[in-house]
Amino acid sequence: MSVVTVQLGQCGNQVGQQLLHSLLCDAQDGQRKELCTASRERFFHQDTHGELVARAVLIDMEPKVINQSISRAARSGMWRYGETSHFSQKQGSGNNWANGFCVHGPAHREVVEDLVRREVERCDRLSGLLAMMSVAGGTGSGVGTYVTQCLRDVYPKSFILNHLTWPYGTGEVIVQNYNSVLTLAHLYQLSDAILVHENDTVHQICSQLLNIKHISFADVNSVIAHQLGSVLQPALTADSQGAYSRNPLGELVSALCCHPEFKLLSVSSIPQVPLASMAYSSFSWPSLLKHLRQMLISNTKMEEGIDWQVRPPAAAERSRSLTSFNTSLANVLILRGKDVYSAETAGFEDPALYSSWLSPQEAFSVWKSPVPFNKYEKSATLVSNSQALLRPLDSMVGGAWNMFASRAYIHQYTKFGISEEDFLDSFSSLEQVISSYKELR
Amino acid sequence: MTQSVVVQVGQCGNQVGCRFWDLALREHAHVNKKGLYDEALGSFFRNVDSSKCDGEAHSVGGRIQHLKARAVLVDMEEGVVNEILQGPLREMFDSTQLLTDVSGSGNNWAVGHMTYGSAYREQIVDTLRKAAEHCDCLQCFFLIHSMGGGTGSGLGTKVLSLLEEEFPEVCRIVTSIYPSAEDDVVTSPYNSILAMRELTEHADCVLPVENQSLVDIVKKIKHMSHGGKPGTVIRGESAIISGQGGLIGAEKPFDAMNNIVANLLLNITSSAHVSVPSRRLDQMFSDAFSKEHQLIRADPKHSLYLACALMVRGNVQVSDLRRNIERLKPSLPFVSWNQEGWKTGLCAVPPVGHSHSLLALANNTCVKSTFMELRERFTKLYRKKAHLHHYLHVEGMERGHFSEALSSLSCLIEEYQQLDATKGRLVPDAPRLRIAR
Repeated sequence: MSVVTVQLGQCGNQVGQQLLHSLLCDAQDGQRKELCTASRERFFHQDTHGELVARAVLIDMEPKVINQSISRAARSGMWRYGETSHFSQKQGSGNNWANGFCVHGPAHREVVEDLVRREVERCDRLSGLLAMMSVAGGTGSGVGTYVTQCLRDVYPKSFILNHLTWPYGTGEVIVQNYNSVLTLAHLYQLSDAILVHENDTVHQICSQLLNIKHISFADVNSVIAHQLGSVLQPALTADSQGAYSRNPLGELVSALCCHPEFKLLSVSSIPQVPLASMAYSSFSWPSLLKHLRQMLISNTKMEEGIDWQVRPPAAAERSRSLTSFNTSLANVLILRGKDVYSAETAGFEDPALYSSWLSPQEAFSVWKSPVPFNKYEKSATLVSNSQALLRPLDSMVGGAWNMFASRAYIHQYTKFGISEEDFLDSFSSLEQVISSYKELR
Repeated sequence: MTQSVVVQVGQCGNQVGCRFWDLALREHAHVNKKGLYDEALGSFFRNVDSSKCDGEAHSVGGRIQHLKARAVLVDMEEGVVNEILQGPLREMFDSTQLLTDVSGSGNNWAVGHMTYGSAYREQIVDTLRKAAEHCDCLQCFFLIHSMGGGTGSGLGTKVLSLLEEEFPEVCRIVTSIYPSAEDDVVTSPYNSILAMRELTEHADCVLPVENQSLVDIVKKIKHMSHGGKPGTVIRGESAIISGQGGLIGAEKPFDAMNNIVANLLLNITSSAHVSVPSRRLDQMFSDAFSKEHQLIRADPKHSLYLACALMVRGNVQVSDLRRNIERLKPSLPFVSWNQEGWKTGLCAVPPVGHSHSLLALANNTCVKSTFMELRERFTKLYRKKAHLHHYLHVEGMERGHFSEALSSLSCLIEEYQQLDATKGRLVPDAPRLRIAR
């Protein structure tokens, strides 16, 4: 079952290209035919010459990054994008969500829907749609939201997963908080699940775990591609009965997003070491899982600086809200590599980790694959629906609200058709989401 | 890629414009090894068959035949434009891009704005339209002019208002050279303030540059290069000039200063597609915020930032950018509702002659001091009604224009004052919406 990837805006197109490349490289590397076939089928189709062509559509309002992504893929010699699978314009969206959502989106609706339809029709069975974009700019955020809306209309029964890249908290685009708020509020109604990577977190992984001195966006994207790839590469799930799962997006959504108020998913993976150190590193499942569990409950996104003091609250304390403990709604743990069947995952079934709505058996799922991922002999990835994103979300909404209170830059949005009412609606929706996550226990 | 059109008006505007085109060509010559007319070239140049004005224009991808600047040159005296047409850049411009007259504006804003403004209205619109039609996706007009004279100031602002009328969707970015206190044009305060009012109404964005700052920077460069410190780099609020590069080929008195401004414009529009010890890199970031490197005489660190853009070129990575923002942020006062008011941009291609450069564009209340000084100079003259008759004799000009311009400027200064008053004050976060549960 296939996933159609829709790459939107500069970030979406860069990360998307890197993701597809990592998935394919890993599949070919592993030399396990079944995984390789499943992975290829999921993300690529074969043209008449036997070349692998991505099941992907590239959309941007500027041509530069799409051209780069297309040529990078072609240069790999292993795969390429479809010749007519892209659409771009010339002048960009000026970092303005309203320009993307109200002007560019509708103007190019038909073309974009056509492109996606062609990819969808090529699939024997559609597992779902993966929309990749950033929230800070204008195209990924604005056009991306509009396109998600169109996809929801055209494919009401399909799973739509949005992968979002959140910007550096210290500021990359002046109006990033506005663009983020508008995007998230709208996507919450349209998307089945929202998987988030934060530039700040990934940057730290690059500097502290991978020891990269001069971090470029290519480095950042490579980490995102690794983490996302470890989720999307085929795995054996409880439902898939001994074969590689044919419904990855569906299973992810049903495992994690049981309530419409709770759709924000974060990803952590372990280990993350520089390639040069891999030969000298050895990993054991108990150690990896112990660290990953503590990363989850202390809300640390990487295996350095973990606060081992944080413990799940005892039953009696549960009614008090403890800010340092990260309560989960649901978790999916994905294990890949050697001896995966002997890995002990009971630590993640502790009811203290979860809110009281679901039993731990319902809240926790494990996916496994005996094939190592991306050269790591053993690796574990956790996709979490928890309070992990609460703080950055709150800070985004707070920043936007402060700016909105002085009506700064609002004229740039209203001139394209977004009213102050629309802003207020978006703020209300997100305050609702924040409140829900805060109350989770 | 999108295109931009440079509109240079008056003596100063054309001289600076000339340095801009020279630098732009040098940049492309340095990078464009295959002689292909690419997207980057296309943003400022057309590629035509012959140097004749009716040459066929080529689209991106082919070989470079003849490059024509996407420019409009306006001057009411012929001297400067003629020099350009006889100089090394003569092939860049054809006659349909020029608009000249002979007698000049006598350093009189009213003559430039009203007399020439109405006499040449149609021709100006025609010339602009032609330039716009050569673009398949016109993004921006860059207007370059001075504020203190008559043509750049008066006719230049008339052109600006015509740009708004005819092309309301196209961004208008204006580089305005403000006169220094020792300006030899007595009426420069009048011209400047009359022009300022037009800028506040019709420009999307103004980059004010003070002659005095340019003079100081040039002096510093001279001092450094004579002091035998080659390769030491000075960065303007918006330009990078090496101890050498800024003065090479500077035969004429204003060339060095004009180079600085030209660099400014180039660095705004550098787009991607082409390595430094961290210590020197970090120094560059620190310098960009110091008062010695601003193109107006002001100290941004002691005023309030509304927003700041950092455009970096060369072998600089996102981690260098983030590190420096985090390092400098505590010492830079930002307005309460825009604490993370940074726009960042990275371009891998360094400018000619340097390994990296930084352009910092700041919306900062420190510009208020420039305007306040100007207002003082204006008031000194206006109180005594000095030279007013030269203006009031011009058809269409009234006392009202002066008083309106003055009050518009005072309003602007007042707004900056109000913002400044919030500096350092702990502004509480706006109370958030609360959800009833």
